[in-house]
Amino acid sequence: MTLATPPEEVVPLEPLEELWHDPPGLVGFLTTVDHKRLGVRYIYTSFAFFFASGLMALAMRGQLSEARADLLGPGTYNELMTMHGTTMIFLFNTPVLAGFGNYFVPLQIGARDMAFPRLNAFSWWVFLFAGIFMYSSFLIGKPPDGGWFGYTPLTSSTFSPGLNIDFWGLGIVFVGISTTVGAINFIVTIFKLRTPGMSLNRMPIYVWSMLVFSFMVLFAVPAVSLAAGLLELDRLFGTAWFVPALGGSVLLYQHLFWFWGHPEVYILFIPATGMVSMIIPVFSRRPLVGYLWIVAALAGIGFLSFGVWVHHMFATGIPPLAMSVFAAASLVIAIPSGVQFFAWIATMWQGTVRLATPMLFCLGFLFIFLAGGITGVMVAVMPFDWQVTDSYFVVAHFHYVLNGAVVFPIFGAMYFWGPKMTGRALSERLGKISFWVMFIGFNVAFMPMHILGLLGMPRRIYTYDRGLGWDGINLLVSVGSVAFATGAGLTLLNWIRAVRRKEPVPDDPWDADSLEWATTSPPPEYNFAALPVVEGRHPLWDRRPLRYATAGGPGTEGVTAVGAVERRTPVTEGFDTRPEEDLRIPRESWVPVATALGIAVLFVGLLVNAEIMAVVGVVGIVVAAGVWAWRTEEDLR
Amino acid sequence: MLDSAGREARHVAGLWWFMFVVAVAVYVLVAAMVVIGVLRRRAAEPEEGGDRTGFVWWGGIVMPVVILGVLAYLTVSTTTALGRNAPSNLEIDVTGHDWWWEVRYPESGLRTANEVHIPVDRTVELRLHSADVLHSFWVPRLAGKVDMVPEQTNPLRIRAERTGTFLGECAEFCGLQHANMRFVVVVQTAEDYAQWVVAGQAPSTAAQGAALFERQTCAGCHTISGTQADGTVGPDLTDFGSRQWIGAKAVPNTPENLLRWIRDPGSIKPGVLMPPSQLPDSELRALVAYLESLR
Repeated sequence: MTLATPPEEVVPLEPLEELWHDPPGLVGFLTTVDHKRLGVRYIYTSFAFFFASGLMALAMRGQLSEARADLLGPGTYNELMTMHGTTMIFLFNTPVLAGFGNYFVPLQIGARDMAFPRLNAFSWWVFLFAGIFMYSSFLIGKPPDGGWFGYTPLTSSTFSPGLNIDFWGLGIVFVGISTTVGAINFIVTIFKLRTPGMSLNRMPIYVWSMLVFSFMVLFAVPAVSLAAGLLELDRLFGTAWFVPALGGSVLLYQHLFWFWGHPEVYILFIPATGMVSMIIPVFSRRPLVGYLWIVAALAGIGFLSFGVWVHHMFATGIPPLAMSVFAAASLVIAIPSGVQFFAWIATMWQGTVRLATPMLFCLGFLFIFLAGGITGVMVAVMPFDWQVTDSYFVVAHFHYVLNGAVVFPIFGAMYFWGPKMTGRALSERLGKISFWVMFIGFNVAFMPMHILGLLGMPRRIYTYDRGLGWDGINLLVSVGSVAFATGAGLTLLNWIRAVRRKEPVPDDPWDADSLEWATTSPPPEYNFAALPVVEGRHPLWDRRPLRYATAGGPGTEGVTAVGAVERRTPVTEGFDTRPEEDLRIPRESWVPVATALGIAVLFVGLLVNAEIMAVVGVVGIVVAAGVWAWRTEEDLR
Repeated sequence: MLDSAGREARHVAGLWWFMFVVAVAVYVLVAAMVVIGVLRRRAAEPEEGGDRTGFVWWGGIVMPVVILGVLAYLTVSTTTALGRNAPSNLEIDVTGHDWWWEVRYPESGLRTANEVHIPVDRTVELRLHSADVLHSFWVPRLAGKVDMVPEQTNPLRIRAERTGTFLGECAEFCGLQHANMRFVVVVQTAEDYAQWVVAGQAPSTAAQGAALFERQTCAGCHTISGTQADGTVGPDLTDFGSRQWIGAKAVPNTPENLLRWIRDPGSIKPGVLMPPSQLPDSELRALVAYLESLR
């Protein structure tokens, strides 16, 4: 009997398996709405893009390993550079975090699925199609080459006439749909589907971080969709939003892009810190110090991050007084990050640290983020930024933040939650080797880049001259990048090995505190038969075995196993989680994939300038969404 | 950028070294706290004195506020100091093109490319433009970078403090050959710079001569194809610079002989139909430079 099993006399569990099981094979694959299947898919898809993008980085490092190398030409280099950045931000970091959120938010709040399961499936399909859309550019030899930021006028049709930029601009709008609907789903899920007793002040920090993530996405992503969308209007339909000669403004594009772009850094960073805030207490065997401090810090970062975007534009000729406002905000945002940092330190001081692989990755994160945070404060100082912006100093800085402070927690989370997702044990030994190779490789690759920047090496150059003192350092950087990639490859190997060896893991291998550990590894389709009742911030540390919800009044039997039998999950009051009513969890469905396919057809139609195809896509979207929105009398009952 | 040769870069290099020292101190302190946290064994029972939120107060709030306060002050003071650069009386227009730099000196009318000459210890105001896409003007050892934005003029004041030749680079991605869009800034002493200006103006005397040729009576008698000059009384001068003799083999074609010839052809070939000239020497020289350039 597992922790998740409610008293047998309430309900026999066998019928549940059948009720919740997806159809077998391809049909099940195409129609599932299970947040766990989708979460794992999100993670696998994102990692496929991660490794593809990593290989591009290695090719670029090969080209830069010596002066005037001849491995890649300028065209190829610019394509790889553009796709590396675009992939890491749009197709790896953001979706992989959404994937973990998909999997673990419902489990941690004790729900049976996300609030909108079909929307969830739709979101993954859109992400997948958008990724394939952008990568298909390689097949016809026209990958985007205007930089991951796509600055106009370089990306205008005058200076970049080919399809290259259209793959990028349309792709950004395309993938933005996925991110935005995903955020809406998270917000509703977190506010309305928490199990009885999980008031806001008892939510795991990771859930808080996904809540802040989602609100930020909701306000930030429309800006980049607008920037890329207006760019495509200029390119496809001849408008002049960003054409200076016709009165358009190229700086408007930069404002829109960075109004998303800087919050995006924190959109990625916040869930990563949420993971760290889950992992450190478990391996320190102490509750997180300063829970409320951290919640306040997350909210503070979320808010402040919308006031710093101009620090990406310090060199564009904006008046100094206007810039100093943004410089001040960029300095102040270090404070909530500092609060989080010292809360983690205090937690470790309170407890006894166990150096398992997930914890190693969190410690690696601490050492790297500390450096990246400090250089982040430096570049907020305008006169210094005028020197180092668009140099390798900045390349070093943001890799410390985006690679070190986001990817390391993600790898930590793979080791922490991987066994829960697959039900298979990962090798600790291989995990630790992977960590050390990655950690050392990372620092060898990115630390010397600071020096290159101070020596005057600009970003985004495919080659450089001898005699500038850059050669040796660049070689070192390239060697480090190979080591880092090897370390990451070891984790991939570890994962494949674990899935193949089928060595089972216990439900709660780490002796952790949150609800996902209260169910089996991997969890059943319905997550929990009866929902656990939460009495504190650390349900599994507060009380073992857990208490399970029982019906207490009309309309509340959804919290019991009856809800599981009838595919219902309770909707609870947003603050004190009193059950209000039940939400039907839809069965598997064709509409998400069909709608996403309609969008894909529309975007390909726009890309190749085939009006009929675009119209077919729109019709497809309308029909599929119509079926989706249709309610039968039975649905309404 | 740390081996500074200009006022702006020197300020920023100083700022960097200050920040670097503070950064190292903070890093060592905080990293040590992490290490201690990892190594430390918890006391058997929960410790007295609560849950160490003091860490968050002192480390997470007080320390950053103090350091950030200092940095905010430095940001403002450095920005103001750089802005107070003495007003400049030497303006240079630099325009970014795919993938080269056009340089114009409005004061002296000089035009050049991919090489900016400036005098040492004198504030120079660069006016940065772009002819096509975004570029960014960066000479690491002299000053921070400023973007070149189409339809916009961004000023950059620099003051070189050392003579020498310094590498400049495009720092905003501008397409295929962004990497090979470089230039040099040649910082010269005031005298050398003045000489360079004079020397640079020299080629333009030929152009001045061309204007004279058309404005004076020359064009009435001589033809130079491709110009307004289409007279047929005297010899066609289209390839004059390549000819060996002047005046139907009267004297060898040298600048000195040509000058004499134009001033008073009769002194070399008495009775010649070409009239003497009343032009001052400087204009005669311009005419000579022009004619000798015809090939």
